[in-house]
Amino acid sequence: MYTKKKVVAMLLAGGQGSRLYALTKNVAKPAVPYGGKYRLIDFPLSNCTNSGIDTVGVLTQYQPLVLNEYIGNGQPWDLDKMNGGVHVLPPYESQAGASWYEGTANAIYQNMNFIRRYDPEYVVVLGGDHIYKMDYSKMVDFHIANDADCTISVIDVPLAEASRFGIMICDENKKVIDFVEKPKEPKSTLASMGIYVFSWKKLEKYLIENENDANEKRERGEKWSKDFGKDIITSMLRDKQRLFAYEFEGYWKDVGTLDSLWEANMDLLSPSVPLDLYDKSWKIYSRSSYMPPQYIGDNAQVENSMISEGSCVDGSVDFSILFAGVTVEKGATVNYSIIMPGTVIKAGAVIEYSIVGSDCVIEGGAHIGKRPEQVDNRDDWGIAVVGHNVTVSGGKSVEPKQIIGENI
Amino acid sequence: MSSVNYNVLGLIFASMHDSYVSELTKQRTMGSIPFGGRYRLIDFPLSNFVNSGVSEVGVITKSNYGSLLDHLGSGRDWDLARKKGGLHLLPPYSQTGGIYQGRLDALSNIWSFVEHSKAQYVILSNCDVVTTIDFNSVLRQHKETGADITLVYSKAFYDSEKNPSTTILQFGEDNRVNDVMVAPKISGECNQWLEMLIISKDFLKQIVSDAASRNIYSFTREILQNRNSDYKIMGYEHKEFFVRIDSVEGYFAANKMLLDSEKRNALFKNNMPVYTKVGDNGPAKYGLESNIKNSLIADGCIIEGTVENSVIFRGVRIGKDTVVRDSVIMQGTVIGSNCSITSIITDKNVEISDEKVLTGSETYPVYITKNGKI
Repeated sequence: MYTKKKVVAMLLAGGQGSRLYALTKNVAKPAVPYGGKYRLIDFPLSNCTNSGIDTVGVLTQYQPLVLNEYIGNGQPWDLDKMNGGVHVLPPYESQAGASWYEGTANAIYQNMNFIRRYDPEYVVVLGGDHIYKMDYSKMVDFHIANDADCTISVIDVPLAEASRFGIMICDENKKVIDFVEKPKEPKSTLASMGIYVFSWKKLEKYLIENENDANEKRERGEKWSKDFGKDIITSMLRDKQRLFAYEFEGYWKDVGTLDSLWEANMDLLSPSVPLDLYDKSWKIYSRSSYMPPQYIGDNAQVENSMISEGSCVDGSVDFSILFAGVTVEKGATVNYSIIMPGTVIKAGAVIEYSIVGSDCVIEGGAHIGKRPEQVDNRDDWGIAVVGHNVTVSGGKSVEPKQIIGENI
Repeated sequence: MSSVNYNVLGLIFASMHDSYVSELTKQRTMGSIPFGGRYRLIDFPLSNFVNSGVSEVGVITKSNYGSLLDHLGSGRDWDLARKKGGLHLLPPYSQTGGIYQGRLDALSNIWSFVEHSKAQYVILSNCDVVTTIDFNSVLRQHKETGADITLVYSKAFYDSEKNPSTTILQFGEDNRVNDVMVAPKISGECNQWLEMLIISKDFLKQIVSDAASRNIYSFTREILQNRNSDYKIMGYEHKEFFVRIDSVEGYFAANKMLLDSEKRNALFKNNMPVYTKVGDNGPAKYGLESNIKNSLIADGCIIEGTVENSVIFRGVRIGKDTVVRDSVIMQGTVIGSNCSITSIITDKNVEISDEKVLTGSETYPVYITKNGKI
């Protein structure tokens, strides 16, 4: 017995996040730690709960162990429900054979039976790698008010950056006229946020069409794809379906690269960035670590930073984010950096403008990263990155832009 | 970590010794007193049970238990929302009418719950002694010695002036408890009962029904003191850190003890996490001119001033140019800017506006009641 749901959310969490290199070696991108106690997927999951969406399918594929364990029964997000709740949906074998998800549209196509059980009016399609707080119910209302077939959430980006995004061209009523993926000469600054609301019957029809078309093309040896932006949206526009752009105002950050992951963390320390993690009316939930409060020692200097439970700081921490259970010994320095859970920074180590993964040991005398002004050519500067479970021995250094995945 | 042990039932007295900290228990039970930055006192016995594999726990309430119910909920945060066993809140009413008097009366009232349990052994614990203990070792010794009752105790310094709720044990040559004194007028190193004991369900049933028929209530007086020659009462020495909450000054000192890393590590062991209600707060955030020394700080705090030698609970706000020293600041307290706060306990959700100066003393901290506005 399943009760009907007005809205079902499908969260695409299979991404490898290959541009996050060492940080996604063993974990899917949505499980990458962020903001001192979160993982990226906490944002869309918490948004669902806060928006009143209680049925969420999470489509996993790449390195799902950590992500599956983290989501568990969905209890931290209030998504452990008798009816609905969060369900991890990995690729599976059926009578027709087993297949990996062959693109974002195919991932949903293969799980249409999950959606059908709830007989929804609308399906919200989300990504698992953006930082933002958004009330999806308002977007659904906008979709209904416009009698739309598909509504795409967009954000106004600076013209100079528009060519990095999928750009929507709209009329004065926000009806989408055209969609161009990464245009060289953008005609609009409304970038797709990868958040869609579909009327389910329409989506179902286009998913089946796309699947059949793509498979026929593959048999004929032609180029084929099964993606939302590239195929579903384009087909719907071709057929003159009602597509609308829902303009989002607020903080939204794509964390596709190491630099943007670092920036998105640093944004939390900036008073001018409107992402409030302390707002009780829109909490971002996460799985708790059951550690005692953090201890700040007699020799510590802590300023402009965010520090999580279980950490023990006796060194200097400035403009940094420390996750749960991090140790910064007396005489260690951490500036403008992100230190993921369980990492130990020993006395005499210096870390600046870096991301250090979880459960690392940074020995005394190690030096990770450099300040931008210490680098002659600005183009050579970037953040330094140490992957998870890495030991950096004393005397070793990690240069700007360098990414370390093994012990040195 | 143990696997589940269905053979042991845990019972927690949530309100035992409430009157010793009457300021703190005015609107709550002993068990729901906030402690250590993010906990309530009941989290310690509950976590001890869970970490020892005991997954069936009854919490015996008395009065003022609203905040306790709110804290415990279904028991999910302690992994005690179970079909088999799990957490059970046991109401306070006495068979003779009104609220129970003494441990034996309380046990008699909830006996149908104990009877229903399949467990062979029962472990009783209060909330006013904070420690981390593996009950499996206590149970092992209890079985080996064939004791009727095994009391958990620690050798520690005792001062009758400062420890009014302490029970002192003395042992005979056969290691049996042969004398039990409640708050005797002595001082020095003593065997202090930690208000925890193991007893078989059958034996407990016998003494509870016997007590009910004779209209006696006090377990300490009627059983431990009066019957120690009839019953084989043994002691289990717990050699780890403990602290007893038996006065407001003691509560203040106990919180500040957690600033000592040795004591903190004895209480918060890696393999025995202390569970509590999840708060879903952001990490603690420190401002541009914050200055923190020797302090315990919980999640969800936003601190822009100076904090020294203090325990700061979840979601506290401390404004610019404010100095908080030697204080215990409970959950949700908001302190404005330019304040000076020394040796103060603020209960939950206290508001202190800008430019206030509040000073207590190290031995007699000033206590500000819940929701107080200054």
